[in-house]
Amino acid sequence: MRYMLLIYSDPSSYATMTEEDGARMMGEYFAFTQAIVESGEFLAGDPLQGIDTATTVRVRGGQRTTTDGPFAETKEVLGGYYLVDCADLDRALELATKIPHVRNGSVEVRPLQELGQA
Amino acid sequence: MNEADALERACRQHRGRVLATLIRLFGSFDAAEEAFQDAVVAALTRWPRDGVPHEPAAWLLVTARNRALDRIRREGRRADKELAGEAPWLRAGPVDPADVVAEADALSVPDDRLRLIFTCCHPALAVDAQVALTLRTLGGLTTTEVAHAYLVPEATMAQRIVRAKAKIAGAGIPYAVPAREALPERLGAVLQVVYLVFNEGYSATAGEELVRHELCGEAIRLGRLLVELVPDEPEVAGLLALMLLHDARRSTRVDDDGSLVRLGDQDRSAWDRDQIADGVRLVETAMSARRIGRYQVEAAIAALHAEAPTSDATDWPQIAALYGVLHRLAPSPVIVLNRAVAVAMAEGPLRGLRLVDQVAGDPSLERLHLYHATRGHLLAELGRRADAAVAYERALALAGTTAEQDLLRARLADLRA
Repeated sequence: MRYMLLIYSDPSSYATMTEEDGARMMGEYFAFTQAIVESGEFLAGDPLQGIDTATTVRVRGGQRTTTDGPFAETKEVLGGYYLVDCADLDRALELATKIPHVRNGSVEVRPLQELGQA
Repeated sequence: MNEADALERACRQHRGRVLATLIRLFGSFDAAEEAFQDAVVAALTRWPRDGVPHEPAAWLLVTARNRALDRIRREGRRADKELAGEAPWLRAGPVDPADVVAEADALSVPDDRLRLIFTCCHPALAVDAQVALTLRTLGGLTTTEVAHAYLVPEATMAQRIVRAKAKIAGAGIPYAVPAREALPERLGAVLQVVYLVFNEGYSATAGEELVRHELCGEAIRLGRLLVELVPDEPEVAGLLALMLLHDARRSTRVDDDGSLVRLGDQDRSAWDRDQIADGVRLVETAMSARRIGRYQVEAAIAALHAEAPTSDATDWPQIAALYGVLHRLAPSPVIVLNRAVAVAMAEGPLRGLRLVDQVAGDPSLERLHLYHATRGHLLAELGRRADAAVAYERALALAGTTAEQDLLRARLADLRA
C-alpha cells in the first residue's frame, strides 16, 4: 500500500539548533532515505521551503482569492514528506518512527486513496 | 435441547473463533460477518430438521465458507483466475457433513483469534473503538448489547464499529500477530482494552446501576482466552487473576438497596472462595516468572485482601509496600491515595493523612471524588469532624454514580450523628 508520511515540525527549532546538531540530522535523513530506497519502499520525498513562502488559493462563488500563508495556530507546520509503498500500516508506522523529526515534531501517516476505490 | 437456544448459544460462544478464521480467509471483516450471518440463517432451518451438529463451530465455519463461495460465484465478484488459484480456500467445494470437522481444521490456523485480538486492539484505532470492536467481534456481544453496556444509542455504537472497520481496511492495519519486538507494546494495548471492559462493568462510571455483570463476565472470558493464547507472558495471567479476585467479591459490593459497601464492611463469608483460590494460584504462578508488571502487583494486592479473614487482620504493611511498587511501575494519583489508606491502616491515620497531603494541589487530584473521600475518611478517623465533613461535601459534589453519592451521604450522616 502507498502511504504519505507528513512531517510536522516547529521551524523555530532550527534557529536554536547548533551546526553540529543540524549536520547530524541531515545525516540521519540521508541514511533513512538511503535505507528505504534500497528496500524499494521509497517513491518520493522532499523537504518543503518555509511557511513564509506558502500561498493559499481558494475559489468561492467563482471568485479566486489568493492569500499569504497559512499562518497556523499551532507551532508545528508541514515541513516535508515521504511517499512510500510498503506492506501495511504497521510497516508505515515503523518507517515513520525512523524519521528524525518524530523525536521533536510529529509524523502523520496517511494511506493514499487508490483511484477506483471508495 | 431446544434448537433455537442451541443456536443462540453456539453463535455467542463460537462467533469470535469462526469470524477470526473467516476474516483471514476473506481479508475483510464485512465479508466475514456477512458469511457468518448466512451460516446462522442456514442453521435456523437445518438444525431443527437435522439436529444440532456435534461440532457447532466447525459446522458454522464450513457453512459460512460454502455460502461465501456460492455468493462469489453467483455475483461474479472475483475473477476466475482468483477462484482457481491464489486463494486455496476457494478451491474446496461443499463438504460432506461427516467431514465437517476435518474441513474446519484445514481452514483454521491456531493464531486466528490472536490475529483478531491484535487487530481489534490496534493502537491506530481510538480506545473507544478498540473496546467496541473487541466486544463485538471477539466477544459474543451484539451491537445492541455493546451499546446498552456503554449507555450510548445503538446507532452511535453501530457507527463507531463501522468506522473502526473502515479504518482497518482503509489504512491497511494488518491482520497479523505483531513481530516479537513490537509485542510488549501491542500486548499492553490488548490488556488495557480487556481491563477497561472489566472496570466499566465493575465500577460503572455512569448510570444508576453500579455493577454491570455482563461486562465483567465478558472481560474474564477474554482474559481466559488470552491466557490460553499467550501463556508465557506473566502480565496476561496477572490481569486474569486481578479480574477473578475482584469479581469474587462482586455480590457483596452493593447491598440490597443498591448502595455501595466498602471493602471493610463487606460480608466476607459471601465471597467466592473457589474463584479466589483460582486467582491466587494464577498470580503466584505469574510472579514466579520474575517479570513483574502492574497487573501482577494489583492482583497480589487483591489477593491479600481476598485472603484476609477481617479488615483489621489484613496484611496492611505488605499492601502499602505493594502500592509503593505499583506507583513506581505506573505512577498515578489514585495509587497514592490507596497507598495512604493502607499506610493509615498499618501505622495510623496521621501517617496516611501526611501522604495524602503531600500530593495536595495536584489539579487532576482535586477533581477526583476519591481524593476528597479519602481525606474525609482519614480526618474522621483523627476525630477532626468539621474538616472531615468539608472533605466529604466536596467528594459528594464530584461523585459520578448514585451509589457513590449514597455512600458519601451516609458518611456525612455518621459524622453529624
